[in-house]
Amino acid sequence: MLEQIDFAAIRLTLELATTSTLILLVVGTPMAWWLARTRSRWKGVVGALVALPLVLPPTVIGFYLLLTLGPHGTIGQFTQWLGIGLLPFTFAGLVVGSVFYSLPFVVQPLQNAFAACGDRPLEVAATLRAGPWDRFFTVALPLARPGFITASILGFAHTVGEFGVVLMLGGNIPEQTRVVSVAIYDHVEALEYAEAHVLAGGMLVFSFLVLLALYSRNSRPWT
Amino acid sequence: MSTPPPIIPDADGVIAQFLVRWPGFALEVDLRRPGRGVTAFLGPSGSGKTTLLRCIAGLEPQGRGYLVFKGEVWQDSGRGLCLPTHRRPLGYVFQEASLFPHLSVRRNLDYGRRRAARSQPGPHPVALEQVIALLGIGHLLDRMPDRLSGGERQRVAIARALATSPRLLLMDEPLAALDQARKAEILPYLERLHDELAIPVLYVSHSPDEVARLADHILVFADGRIRAAGPARDILARLDLPLARDKEASSFLDGQVLAYDPAYELLHIQVPGARLWVPGAHRPPGARARVRIQARDVSIAIGVPGASSILNVLPARILEMGASEGPRLLVKLGLAPPGTDAAAFILARITRQSRDRLDLTLGQQVHAQVKAVALME
Repeated sequence: MLEQIDFAAIRLTLELATTSTLILLVVGTPMAWWLARTRSRWKGVVGALVALPLVLPPTVIGFYLLLTLGPHGTIGQFTQWLGIGLLPFTFAGLVVGSVFYSLPFVVQPLQNAFAACGDRPLEVAATLRAGPWDRFFTVALPLARPGFITASILGFAHTVGEFGVVLMLGGNIPEQTRVVSVAIYDHVEALEYAEAHVLAGGMLVFSFLVLLALYSRNSRPWT
Repeated sequence: MSTPPPIIPDADGVIAQFLVRWPGFALEVDLRRPGRGVTAFLGPSGSGKTTLLRCIAGLEPQGRGYLVFKGEVWQDSGRGLCLPTHRRPLGYVFQEASLFPHLSVRRNLDYGRRRAARSQPGPHPVALEQVIALLGIGHLLDRMPDRLSGGERQRVAIARALATSPRLLLMDEPLAALDQARKAEILPYLERLHDELAIPVLYVSHSPDEVARLADHILVFADGRIRAAGPARDILARLDLPLARDKEASSFLDGQVLAYDPAYELLHIQVPGARLWVPGAHRPPGARARVRIQARDVSIAIGVPGASSILNVLPARILEMGASEGPRLLVKLGLAPPGTDAAAFILARITRQSRDRLDLTLGQQVHAQVKAVALME
């Protein structure tokens, strides 16, 4: 029933979600650490910027990314100067979009996890001769482990579920930017309800299982 | 931080001058202590004890001051010098045990020990085996912290601090979070620490009892300043300090067992200026014994009192009478037979009426009737 093109969409979705989650963990950890510990007056501004994708329509994010990454945008000109061409309508472009789109879903659980361990374990580590980096890797990271699990699951699942940003920024190129959510849209447009059912039902089951895992592990998914 | 801290040749011990200002709180202290013995910071909460300890550890970034330990400058804010906490060779025991929950007891102990060994190469004066034996935690090494009782956790935390071979040990109310039974469990370990390891200790507490058992020297804090300083026994017997107003105001005497009476289960103990009968289990003659006498258990008699159930009636001289607290007041008595100098003091809490009825005056020779003497373990 599903064609080659649908399996390609599933594979592409999983690759996109995995790549984006890994990048988000690397980028989000220092942001979350800073947000959890800073007393800077910029904390509110940065926190609000990180949370923006929670409330903005994905088309807004997609629209601005399209402009910035496009041939006349600052980043677009920069990537052209670097010789890697333009990012819109490529897999790399989708990754950039997903990272913005899913940022709060990774940063907020990490920030809460860092805040929850408090200063005391780090002070203890300092009195036991551990320097700042040492304290971060041997105390803060292990204690924030539940936050990392939550952040990874939410970041991955949320990227799997994205549609608007993909459509604006990636279009619908099979094996490059055609992810499952777009494939479902195409099937429905073509009145291929059977195929749409298989993909949509699969997404439903997948999302439910992810959230079930999250909620049974911890009654408060944000910590 | 590649240049070693400058050495001041003839400095020994701890010199700490700190100034901390927060809204509604100011700490201003100038402290000098020798590099040995247990110094207690005593005072009510909010009086600055913990803040000073944190300043000495380098944990208060706002703390401006000057700190020299055994000739090494750890902090000199005027010259912009401040050794970060992890470069100060100290051990810190927090009020709550704060073990790393993701590490076993053994790995908690190793955490500081390994890092300290790397930063101060050479032989370590405190061996891990010694610390484990001292605190009796040998059977706990493979447990995770959440499988330990509160008392065990605090013992491991103390061991963890000691395992770094600290040159200065800071303890912030290490017993405050524990109930009476757990306190009784840990106190003997702290006493052994005092007796067996030659590490200077700064010990924050608000319990005169604890301090009486552990401290050689006491600093009394109030409102961010040091109000009084001196040898433990003298400070605990001062009537002008808030300690004396404590309901449990007590005196502590160090003595030696003279004999044990198995029939009545009483120890005969020689303290400076007096001999006491104290209920207790057998101890060999010559053993050291510290006793505590609560001020409310001491009454004053003029002349030699007649037959009484009270075991300990001691010749004493009135040295000082405190200000009245409601109907009562504290009297400081020197234990001394007539014609000798007082060698030790005890406190008596009596009513103002009794003072006036007996017409008590300074220097008067009286008898102290001691209703109860507690032997401290």
